[in-house]
Amino acid sequence: MSATAAGLLQIALLLLLLAALYKPLGDHMARVYTSTRHLAVERAFYRVVRVDPEADQRWSTYVLSVLGLSAASVLFLYAMLRLQDHLPMSLGLTGLAPDLAWNTATSFVANTNWQSYAGESTMGFTSQMAGLAVQNFVSGAVGMAVAVAVIRGLTRRGTDRLGNFWVDLTRGIIRILLPISLVLALVLVAGGVIQNLSDTREVTTLGGAVQSIVGGPVASQEAIKLLGTNGGGFFNANSAHPFENPNALTNLLENVLILVIPVALTRTYGVMVKDKRQGYAVLTAMAVLWGAALVAVTAAEVNHPGTVPQAVGSSFEGKEVRFDVWASALFANSTTGTSTGAVNSMHASYTGAGGGAVMLNMMLGEVSPGGVGSGLYGMVVLAILAVFLAGLMVGRTPEYLGRKIGRHEISLVALSLLTMPFALLIGAAIAASSDSTRASLLNDGPQGLSEILYAFASGANNNGSAFAGLSADVPYYNTALGLAMLIGRFTTIVLVLALAGALARQTPTPATAGTLPTHRPLFVGLHAVTVVIVAGLTFFPALALGPIAVALA
Amino acid sequence: MNLVGLLRQSWAGLRVLLLFTVILGVAYPLAVTGVAQVAFGDQADGSLVSHDGEVVGSSLIGQPFDGAEWFHPRPSAAGDGYDTLASGGSNLGPESTELLATVEERRAAVAEENGVDPADVPPDAVTASGSGLDPHISPAYARLQVARVAEARGLAAVAVADLVSEHTEGRILGVLGGERVNVLELNLALEDLEAS
Amino acid sequence: MSGLGSERSEGKQKTVTFVQAPAPEATAPRAGAGLFDPRLLVSSLPEAIGKLDPRRMVRSPVMFVVEIGAVFTTVLAITDPSTFSWWITVWLWLTVVFANLAEAVAEGRGRAQAATLRATKQETPARRLSGGVDAREEVVSSSDLTLGDLVVVEAGEVIPGDGDVVEGVASVDESAITGESAPVIRESGGDRSAVTGGTKVLSDRIVVKITAKPGESFVDRMIAMVEGAARQKTPNEIALNILLAGLTIVFLLAVVTLQPFAGYSGELQSMVVLVALLVCLIPTTIGALLSAIGIAGMDRLVQRNVLAMSGRAVEAAGDVTVLLLDKTGTITFGNRQAVELLPADGVEETALADAAQLASLADQTPEGRSVVVLAKKRYGLRERHTGELPGATFVEFTAQTRMSGVDVADGHQVRKGAAGAVLAWVREHGGRPHLAVDDVVDGVAAAGGTPLVVAELRSGAARILGVIHLADVVKNGMRDRFDELRAMGIRTVMVTGDNPVTARAIADQAGVDDFLAEAEPEDKMALIKREQAGGRLVAMTGDGTNDAPALAQADVGVAMNSGTSAAKEAGNMVDLDSDPTKLIEIVEIGKQLLITRGALTTFSIANDVAKYFAIIPAMFAAVYPQLDVLNIMRLATPQSAILSAVIFNALVIVALIPLALRGVRHRPLSAAAMLQRNALVYGLGGIVVPFIGIKLVDLVVSAIPGIG
Repeated sequence: MSATAAGLLQIALLLLLLAALYKPLGDHMARVYTSTRHLAVERAFYRVVRVDPEADQRWSTYVLSVLGLSAASVLFLYAMLRLQDHLPMSLGLTGLAPDLAWNTATSFVANTNWQSYAGESTMGFTSQMAGLAVQNFVSGAVGMAVAVAVIRGLTRRGTDRLGNFWVDLTRGIIRILLPISLVLALVLVAGGVIQNLSDTREVTTLGGAVQSIVGGPVASQEAIKLLGTNGGGFFNANSAHPFENPNALTNLLENVLILVIPVALTRTYGVMVKDKRQGYAVLTAMAVLWGAALVAVTAAEVNHPGTVPQAVGSSFEGKEVRFDVWASALFANSTTGTSTGAVNSMHASYTGAGGGAVMLNMMLGEVSPGGVGSGLYGMVVLAILAVFLAGLMVGRTPEYLGRKIGRHEISLVALSLLTMPFALLIGAAIAASSDSTRASLLNDGPQGLSEILYAFASGANNNGSAFAGLSADVPYYNTALGLAMLIGRFTTIVLVLALAGALARQTPTPATAGTLPTHRPLFVGLHAVTVVIVAGLTFFPALALGPIAVALA
Repeated sequence: MNLVGLLRQSWAGLRVLLLFTVILGVAYPLAVTGVAQVAFGDQADGSLVSHDGEVVGSSLIGQPFDGAEWFHPRPSAAGDGYDTLASGGSNLGPESTELLATVEERRAAVAEENGVDPADVPPDAVTASGSGLDPHISPAYARLQVARVAEARGLAAVAVADLVSEHTEGRILGVLGGERVNVLELNLALEDLEAS
Repeated sequence: MSGLGSERSEGKQKTVTFVQAPAPEATAPRAGAGLFDPRLLVSSLPEAIGKLDPRRMVRSPVMFVVEIGAVFTTVLAITDPSTFSWWITVWLWLTVVFANLAEAVAEGRGRAQAATLRATKQETPARRLSGGVDAREEVVSSSDLTLGDLVVVEAGEVIPGDGDVVEGVASVDESAITGESAPVIRESGGDRSAVTGGTKVLSDRIVVKITAKPGESFVDRMIAMVEGAARQKTPNEIALNILLAGLTIVFLLAVVTLQPFAGYSGELQSMVVLVALLVCLIPTTIGALLSAIGIAGMDRLVQRNVLAMSGRAVEAAGDVTVLLLDKTGTITFGNRQAVELLPADGVEETALADAAQLASLADQTPEGRSVVVLAKKRYGLRERHTGELPGATFVEFTAQTRMSGVDVADGHQVRKGAAGAVLAWVREHGGRPHLAVDDVVDGVAAAGGTPLVVAELRSGAARILGVIHLADVVKNGMRDRFDELRAMGIRTVMVTGDNPVTARAIADQAGVDDFLAEAEPEDKMALIKREQAGGRLVAMTGDGTNDAPALAQADVGVAMNSGTSAAKEAGNMVDLDSDPTKLIEIVEIGKQLLITRGALTTFSIANDVAKYFAIIPAMFAAVYPQLDVLNIMRLATPQSAILSAVIFNALVIVALIPLALRGVRHRPLSAAAMLQRNALVYGLGGIVVPFIGIKLVDLVVSAIPGIG
């Protein structure tokens, strides 16, 4: 079978698996967040941590809970990383430097998992298991909780209460993330992903050299790294590392894990707003964006334009033989469309067009399909923007699911659309202007600017992948990217929850023939176009000087 | 949004985090490790491979092979090459002059040491992998090396070629990933072939 | 029975006669405020330049940014002059001027209308009455009148101020306000008591109680509105402004951070170029035209002779989903005619006719008159005057008794009215109504008519004499209008005092979605509240004081100018033509306002695509030659490319002024169809048009030395 046919069938297999999981997982998640019953273990949990599970929080309280948990997490993780050498199983490694610890702590709490470090030479097992992996669960559950709160904003009426954050968080972990991770971790082990607590051991290779065999509780972390769209790899090479992703089957599984919750959440959305067509509409818009980007990346990588790829005969620098070009492009598209950031190939060595496409994927705002929870609420905000313009064009005060979009709502939408470009462009501009920060670049010319743009696009959109030639473990990048990640994640969350509170206060207007239907293909198309136009118009100049210049060279 | 409220929620958050750390950071990974070690011990430990009773590496992790008698792996940018403590790729871009020069150098070297036309050198032979620890090479690269290895070991080229065919794995389920040859396993088989 | 509808009176008559009103005509636009006139552009130029004052520009954030940019480039052009920087500076200033021009033109049109209205606001002498019974008259100036003053106005005199007629009936020429030269009837009591200052009494004599404070009459308010002075930004406009400000900030970020990236690439950009890029990116087209759209929208209403109390009401009109329309005069012609008399068994037609005529003598309604007319025409019964029957007591029609009649001195009583009421009256007086009467009544109702049962009490015996068939005729074109509304998603509800059977027949004939029969004022209110509780927006028309609570409750309440002052105060719009079908046009104008905003915003944003393709290669092709591929318009030089984009950006504002003032044409389509159409025209069009436009400008500009 030709590579093209195999590649296409591979994509089809991925989509088939997602389709099979869509309804069961989507419905399960809807039940989890709407059920009034607490499990016995959850009740015990609430008792121990002294949290009232029956409180229905106002949107401002929900925000404070999210921020409080995240602040505590950053401080806790920071302390753990700084004091790593005092922890068991630290493999003889020292505590992290302050700026690196700050960067890593904010990164993992913000669901980004940007890593300015190489795991095998920096992180002990306890830090990985009890620090980073815990945040993988928690930050994922936070994103999902916020998405559910936003959905409640669209379903409740005459109130600004959005549910209980602690309950949403706990249920998200105990009923969704933990059970799936448990099972999938073991499946990954069966496929070859390592899971042990052994320190590095040295062996003599067949060829007579000395090589260290590394160990670690990798599979347990790998599962949640992908399922929670986190992306922080145990090792530096992330999912290109054979111990994290041994073969094309584990690769397919990991690719499914990346996409499954963001995709299934659209079903949850449809079920919870009692109109499944809305869920399909959002899913279709996401799929159109993901699909278009996939075509771009795959076409670029398969046709391999560019000086080096043409000289080599394929775009193979930075790719693994066991994955080949198609599976690498597919994974790259999924990981940059979902704010995961795990990589099974090095994006920095992609063709100019391929690298630009995955960068643009992130700049869309991580909505194709986006991170767990963050993709859904990101899409809702953009849908509201699309509805505002479209609603005007049909002569009605704009409304989304019966909720009027007035000045208060559009202010919050405008602010939240400003947040990511602000964090991205300012941080990147400062990095591009000083000689010291330019010293971190590996490549020069437009590819160097691409490294900077990619880093801040990744940070501001909470993705976490990188054009890894950038030496980011320097004070400027650690600090600036840390800030970009926090702004991108938490400013957006605050604004989005405020928006949910404003929407929940309204009494919905029933739909008539004069109402703009938001589930029909025309609106779905407008929605997708809005996403692309907003990102395109904001970032075209920067892209022109970076990946576009590389691609056209 | 008041500071007192935020502090109160932070305190609650810390309590929640601590309990989750115990559940997710200790119990969960230990449980998975336990089951993994019992049910899939081999894989959990890294799919280690032995030769003559000694562990020589992992079948998943590439290792360096120098000398004409071995099948060579791909170039590696992990440290000085296949350094498992520094996994990673070159991260050089598609217009990088440095990368272009390196690629051409490698092409010339591979062509020369295998006695083939530089135009026949496949992509994986001149590019570094993303992990730097890629255990595989393409079947084309393996076949390219058959003549050299057979001559160096004094084996029949056909026998070596057959060995390569045996160790060529196709796409999983016929569609997933790429066709590959595991270099370590191939070289181990070579050793065993010679021994027999 | 309600008596809404336009009226005409023929000549000066003591007793007023009502005839069938013709179908509603489109009102011609007012003089001086009509179609777009290019000369208006030139004449508004001075004002446009005057608006450059920063304190006024701040109100539009997008254009304020352009103004700051223009100042910036002016300074740069002075300190570091070049052909390019001067051209850019000039065109940036022109962009701002064009924006102000749009607003000035819109306001200018309104001012022409205001001038016409001001002319009616002359000081007129008023004959004020003081001292109750004594009723002394004194002549004062109209501006000295205050609330509650009573003035007498006779034929040939001008009514000095807004008020209610408390005594008398007269025909009034309201052309100064409405532009209609045909006179209207105003009378005390009932629903036609309100008069407007500045109108002239043509016949008879009325006493008017002043209801408006000096300076706050309807004419004053109209002037303020059309002049735009009192115009506040409407909620939707504010929201759109916020979005535009947000977009401006995003583009500001993109341009400001571009300089460091350009520096990295080795080609720092001149500030003039950066300012030019910024101005081209921010949504200047919609930013420039937004206020003009709002003003023009209000003016379109005034052109249709509708006075809106606030822009908010106009926007709400676009969202209305339920329309409450009165049957009589709105859906049907105001005057039912008696078309036949159906005697009961054993009763002579002439006897019925005689009784019917008797019972209708005191009935001043058109229906009553038509019975008298029918009796005379068909049965040759001479019309008797009320004075001819000595000792007779006339029983007036009331909404509660639902019948009228006369008690003659000799104990003979005649009653005429609703079947239920009259039958009950007969039973009350010992009679036994024939069952057959019900059949006849039903028959008339089923045919869509109104049955009036006639009964008499003679010599102690009460009996039914028969049924008068009043026919109600639906106006022409109603069906089509309701179909249009249905396509737009608006539900029509017919409100009538008729019984359900009659109401259903008319409703089916007219094609309304629903009807409310035997409606009393409280029923209307209840219906409105019910719809609003379901989240729907309701529009209604009304004229009587009893309509006031419902008018206030409705989201869009249109009071007839001929109605009472209470109604006009309660509603949020006044229709000077007193045409209830005007509501449909009001809804269209409301929608049109929003559609125009949406279309131009989409167009504005879509334009940016082409501008990027013009400016980015111009900025960077020197350092990265490969970027020249992006120069798909093949513009001559970097300078000509940037200048062309700036010029196009400015010219497109002027080109779209007519569209902004006229409004996007509103077709009654469903939302989905409308969206498709507008998205294609303004979205896709917005992407394609500037590619052509900028290229054309470039062809001209490249001929300039120093640029091309």
